Amino acid sequence: MTQSPTLSRRSAQSDSPLPRKSRQRGADARAGYTFLLPWLLGFIALTVGPMISSLYLSFTNYNLFEPPKWIGLDNYTTLFQDERFLQSVGVTVSYVVFGTPLKLAAALAVAMLLNSKRRGQGFYRSAFYAPSLIGASVSIAIVWKAMFGDAGPVDQGLSIFGINLGGWVGNPAMTMPMFILLTVWQFGAPMVIFLAGLKQIPADLYEAASMDGAGPVRKFFNITWPMLSPVIFFNLLMETIHAFQIFNSAYIISNGEGGPAGSTLFYTLYLYLRGFSDFRMGYASAMAWLLLIVVGILTLIIFRTSKSWVHYSGDTK
Amino acid sequence: MTTMATPTQSTPDAEVPYYNPKSESVGAKRAKSTIFHVVALALTAVVLYPGLWMIASSFKPNAEIGGANTSLWSNNFSFDNFVTAMDGIGGVSTLQFFTNSLILAIGAVAGTVLSASVSAYAFARIKFPGRSVFFGMMIATLLLPFHVVIIPQYIVFQQLGLVDTYVPLLIGKFLAADAFFVFLMVQFMRNLPAELDEAARIDGAGHVRIFGSIMLALMKPALISTSIFSFIWSWNDFLGPLLYLNTPEKYPLPLALRLFVDQTQSSDYGAMIAMSVLALLPVLVFFLVFQRYIVEGVSTQGLKG
Repeated sequence: MTQSPTLSRRSAQSDSPLPRKSRQRGADARAGYTFLLPWLLGFIALTVGPMISSLYLSFTNYNLFEPPKWIGLDNYTTLFQDERFLQSVGVTVSYVVFGTPLKLAAALAVAMLLNSKRRGQGFYRSAFYAPSLIGASVSIAIVWKAMFGDAGPVDQGLSIFGINLGGWVGNPAMTMPMFILLTVWQFGAPMVIFLAGLKQIPADLYEAASMDGAGPVRKFFNITWPMLSPVIFFNLLMETIHAFQIFNSAYIISNGEGGPAGSTLFYTLYLYLRGFSDFRMGYASAMAWLLLIVVGILTLIIFRTSKSWVHYSGDTK
Repeated sequence: MTTMATPTQSTPDAEVPYYNPKSESVGAKRAKSTIFHVVALALTAVVLYPGLWMIASSFKPNAEIGGANTSLWSNNFSFDNFVTAMDGIGGVSTLQFFTNSLILAIGAVAGTVLSASVSAYAFARIKFPGRSVFFGMMIATLLLPFHVVIIPQYIVFQQLGLVDTYVPLLIGKFLAADAFFVFLMVQFMRNLPAELDEAARIDGAGHVRIFGSIMLALMKPALISTSIFSFIWSWNDFLGPLLYLNTPEKYPLPLALRLFVDQTQSSDYGAMIAMSVLALLPVLVFFLVFQRYIVEGVSTQGLKG
């Protein structure tokens, strides 16, 4: 009601307001959809369509050669009695729960180390970032397998210090630490993002805190952590989602089998084996939807809780 | 400036010793700098060790790679492993695998740059009904685990008879399926001044002209980041080729590497590592040449490795 007079006044001021504007608007709409066409096509054909059919398939038995047979919730109920499935959940969860925070902690610590203006900063930044670029490649998985092989260089190197772990690759108790080391080693990507965030924090905040006698610990918790929280939030979300989807290194290091004793049977590896080795496409689709639901819930939790600990620059003042 | 910063206003009776970096002695400064470099260099050594180990091992005879040998240095350096690795596997030369990887990577770059820039222009610069809804959906696909779509995608491509061709590996690139790149370009374009298009519009330019002659030229940094990352991601891609390719003649390097590992197992460690080096070579070269762009791209756009 209050807006209508201003609107009419504005249209009364210009000479030929409506036809011209609406023509422009129509042209814009046409241009908009034309330019958006590639994405729209891809979104419908490669995302929405497949999502709907994978939801449908998850309620069926489908082996690619005979038509899908509707079985209701059977896939989902069978999943929770499938020991290998439960194992793959355990493997993946422990990887996400231990690997992601360790990786982010390493990233933040090194970012803080590099944040001061010193010579060689650019070199260190690049050197630390390099593993992130190649970490998921087959080559690095092979190198990791060779280095952490039983009686391999890492094992031998540790035995110099009198540490004997009984191998890594062939030892079910040590495969997870090996994968966690592989992900922590790739701390460079979140580190670079942390560094960019640290640079945004005004230096006078630290100066003021110093004058008030704050030590490094208080400065960290009262300035760095809150000011950096949006970046921490972003990294936490992306790394968590990323970690759930580990596949390449798991496949290569375990020869595509998830051994020894199922200790490297990551969720996505089991999904792949069920779908593309056993051709149980319906079962694998049910797994995919469970993953989607879990990642969705986690994203929601991270978003919800973020309100209590993420501070955007708008609400600090 | 320094006088402004002195704590004249803060309570003088509190006797709080305040920290002023300028008051540090030259010696203390130098000590701090030394500690920084010692820590940073030690970390560099740890982080780069696997890569150095890989490169060093690729030149070593088999007997010196596994087991107790942690040293990077060997007295028997040779190119033998690379000679074996270049022979390839399954009757296909490594050069062929290289060519395949290159075709896929160049196709990925071309497709992504074209489709993502056009779509991003629509999101960033054109007003049309439903834009914000679509934009939200595009952002949501960033968080979508791709496992939800690979099974139906596979079924469709299989029924279309496109398995064992490059079509399933490339079609998504031409349809802006990597939301990351669309998002990156949208963010970039939004920061370009609006006066540019307005002026062009007054001069009678349509969206095609504005996009083709103004936007594309201005968003070069975003196009370069996109090209570099889509090249490297395509080069390292393993799951896609694993699903869709059956004939070794069509394999890109990561898949060939897996075949090589399967068939040689640990019998020829040296050749296996040499082939790993070869498979990473373009990425390493790319990194050395473009590291500034790459690292800066990550920090401004939040890309992953």
